[in-house]
Amino acid sequence: MITVKDLHKSFGETKVLQGIDAEVAEKEVVCVIGPSGSGKSTFLRCLNMLEEITAGEVEIDGEKLTDPNVDINKLRSRVGMVFQHFNLFPHMTVLDNVSLGPRKVNGVERKQAEKEAQEMLEKVGLGDKAKAYPGSLSGGQKQRVAIARALAMNPKVMLFDEPTSALDPELVGDVLEVMKDLAKEGMTMVVVTHEMGFAREMGDRVIFMDKGVIMEEGKPEDLFDNPQNERTQAFLSKLL
Amino acid sequence: MFDNLTVLFSSPHYTNALPFIWQGMQLTLIVTFVGVFIGFVIGSIFGLMRLSKNKIIYGIATVYIEALRGTPILVQALFLYFGVSEFIGLNFTAIQAGILVIALNAGAYIAEIVRGGVESVDKGQTEAGRSMGMTSTQTMRYIVWPQAFKRMIPPLGNQFIISLKDTSIFAVISLGEMTYLMRQYVSTTGDPFVPYIMLCFGYLIITVPSMIILRRVERRLDV
Ligand SMILES: Nc1ncnc2c1ncn2[C@@H]1O[C@H](COP(=O)(O)OP(=O)(O)O)[C@@H](O)[C@H]1O
Ligand SMILES: [Mg+2]
Repeated sequence: MITVKDLHKSFGETKVLQGIDAEVAEKEVVCVIGPSGSGKSTFLRCLNMLEEITAGEVEIDGEKLTDPNVDINKLRSRVGMVFQHFNLFPHMTVLDNVSLGPRKVNGVERKQAEKEAQEMLEKVGLGDKAKAYPGSLSGGQKQRVAIARALAMNPKVMLFDEPTSALDPELVGDVLEVMKDLAKEGMTMVVVTHEMGFAREMGDRVIFMDKGVIMEEGKPEDLFDNPQNERTQAFLSKLL
Repeated sequence: MFDNLTVLFSSPHYTNALPFIWQGMQLTLIVTFVGVFIGFVIGSIFGLMRLSKNKIIYGIATVYIEALRGTPILVQALFLYFGVSEFIGLNFTAIQAGILVIALNAGAYIAEIVRGGVESVDKGQTEAGRSMGMTSTQTMRYIVWPQAFKRMIPPLGNQFIISLKDTSIFAVISLGEMTYLMRQYVSTTGDPFVPYIMLCFGYLIITVPSMIILRRVERRLDV
């Protein structure tokens, strides 16, 4: 589903990604962990061209992002993105937040889009919040709306950038529940996270990033219980 | 001194000059409203151009904005009404010229208001829109602009008040707005004190309520 070959990304002189190779198979859940500043967000943002790629190749669902002829908007519509700070549209109701993309990007009629948006909201447990504005929701509810908004586009892949890092601890669980359901349904997911419990339970594979490269990757039980790389060991030991 | 003061209460000008204030105020308001409205259209276009990554588009907008913010509006009015109309052989009426000057002048300031408003919207909003596959135009129209516009309302209100006062300089191009008519009235009666007090109140009667409304709107937008 996703193939990344020798991906480099620099901001001016700062080299942030220094040669990433990765594969994500269909229905796979890949968790990306690593210290802050290691380039996890940048990596994720390169996957839907929110950051311009400096060098290397990214292929999603058979299409090369770096191909100048690729319709980037169409490609993005099939890649859902969930941000750390939700980025909900504060001037719209929850229902409009969720139905806007299908209407404007996929050309779905308002009535149909709203019906589907309502279903998405039910799915994340917020069916009763359709008419509310984001400002009146808790962080956990906001993030679940953001997930519903991404899902409404019927994406083939979902990218999560630390979806629970901005939440009060007691609200993290609800969001993780929604993500677990999604994983069980067979959604292809790339999740940057500090929730090691989630990575261990739901991850098919865990990638440990440091200083712009992938230091180590493997099955969660291997990587967490028997890390080979000494940086991985140091990172994991600090978490415990 | 005290003799003069009684004039304040019994001057015949109050009744005599009032029709001129009233007549001039209408033109003042028309030129301001139409001018600022066109200025908003111009300002929106140039403000967005200022946000462009394209150096030429950015450059054009910058030249326009700085040229108009860097010259006095009085000079702009003289240049347009006498200079340009002569040069291209197009005879503007004073009203057309007045509206055009307000539009171009306010447009330059509004362009900066627009740029500031759009820049003040969190970048995450654009990213959320783009990551759903919306084009940059759609993202601007449905997501960024509505939020930016809300923040632009207070400075736009300010600009309206500034432009309203700016129309008084159109006396130099014989545009029959409030200041022009009162100057004429004074030159025929030869008595400036009370008529010019009336002129001040002619402006205050519009600007003070505008400011009060603006402050209220500001407070409501804050919440
Ligand atoms: N737009 C940007 N311009 C310049 N430097 C950036 C930009 N975005 C990220 N960086 C830098 O790239 C590095 C990696 O950032 P990031 O991908 O956010 O790391 P992580 O998500 O792992 O914490 C950091 O050193 C950060 O300062
Ligand atoms: Mg990050």
